[in-house]
Amino acid sequence: MRAPTRGPFDAAPPPAAVRLLPAGSVLLASLVTIWPFIATFPILPPLGLMMLLGWRLTRPDVLRIWAPLPLGFFDDLISGQPLGNAMLLWTLCFFMIDLIDQRLVFRDFWQDWLIAAGSIGFCLIAGRLITAPIGAHVDTVLLLQIVISVMLFPFVARLCVWLDRKREGK
Amino acid sequence: MAPPRNRRPGFSRRAQYSLFLGYVIAVAGSLVGAVLLALATLDPPAFAALRATMAEVTTPISSGIAGVGRGIAAVPSSISGYIAVRQQNARLRKELDDVHALLMRARTLSYDNRRLKALLQMRERSAGPVVAARLVSSSASSTRRFAVLNAGSWQGVHPGQPVRGPEGLIGRILETGPNTARVLLLSDPESIVPVRRTRDGLPALAAGRGDGLIDIRSASIANVGFEPGDVFVTSGTGGIYSPNIPVARVLKRARDTALARTFAQPDTLDFALVQQAFMPVTPAATATRP
Repeated sequence: MRAPTRGPFDAAPPPAAVRLLPAGSVLLASLVTIWPFIATFPILPPLGLMMLLGWRLTRPDVLRIWAPLPLGFFDDLISGQPLGNAMLLWTLCFFMIDLIDQRLVFRDFWQDWLIAAGSIGFCLIAGRLITAPIGAHVDTVLLLQIVISVMLFPFVARLCVWLDRKREGK
Repeated sequence: MAPPRNRRPGFSRRAQYSLFLGYVIAVAGSLVGAVLLALATLDPPAFAALRATMAEVTTPISSGIAGVGRGIAAVPSSISGYIAVRQQNARLRKELDDVHALLMRARTLSYDNRRLKALLQMRERSAGPVVAARLVSSSASSTRRFAVLNAGSWQGVHPGQPVRGPEGLIGRILETGPNTARVLLLSDPESIVPVRRTRDGLPALAAGRGDGLIDIRSASIANVGFEPGDVFVTSGTGGIYSPNIPVARVLKRARDTALARTFAQPDTLDFALVQQAFMPVTPAATATRP
């Protein structure tokens, strides 16, 4: 099937840099873990996931439904979790949000925050159950990590909106 | 907020097919992710090559940022060092005099020790250092405790070698790339090190907890009492860690399983020393690894 040709009065398609900005920002957020700091317990929020959720909840149309697969693959390579962890869990989050989008159409930021909190909690707890043995004493710090991440989510969402405005303004 | 989008993208067949195809890709991809996850859980080193490739790219960035950070952090100390150099000189001279007698005594003891060991004809394997490098980053958002070392198989680092700092044991090498290696830290929930108490040689196991501390478990007899301040060093059992590397100090009085803090605090350490594995058990397995 041929792509429809662009008419003389149609808007120019956005340049690649603009289209790839959301995915690029998620990759950059995943890369925060290479900051030279040796953590003795899991304290860093899963920033890649939070950025992904921020984009998904503020601008549902910029990321395709399959976007968590490559982004999660990249995150798995540097986060220390086994490969496939973020690929699976992030995609499940996207499916969940897609379902919620159909049921809960008109919603406020509070509901978005709640959805993001549920997704972050789900991914972190499932990741802990998959990687660390059940007897490991990481549950208290994990809870702390979840609380920090949830509290930080509005800032990430604001960052996404700001980036989106920059992107559209170009 | 308005409804984000209509499920049907319009009358265009092309748009409908691409939306449908997106869902097919997402479902298939998540299944692939589940399979990969199962593989990685059953065989942890399965995707080491992929991770090592990524670490090759990220490690120079980490070490560059760390270098800049150290440079900035060193400015105040170098200024104060310049000002305080005279007092420091006097203090160091005094310290040198004080230590001199101790040094003489230690030399005599060391000589005696060597002679007595020769008399006993004890065979000692020396665990020579492989390379000194920096730990540049860690798995800060994961419940596992890994760190990335700025040296790899080109520098002679191989999986299984112990890593120690100036204060004590840090962990061991898990995977290597050409210029980077992944280190399993002592506090990882799946790290276990055979240790013994310095006081009486009581054998024990030091198992990571995941929250920065480690558990010392008695390995031989039940109902062992651990006192706060008990120091544990590696015992050399198992062949990975050479004996007498300081590991941890017990924090609280306990029976059978005691809470302990490691001597090497990874968040403060600068250099890490990779040593030869004490007694490589399977040299064939490491030789076939590409």
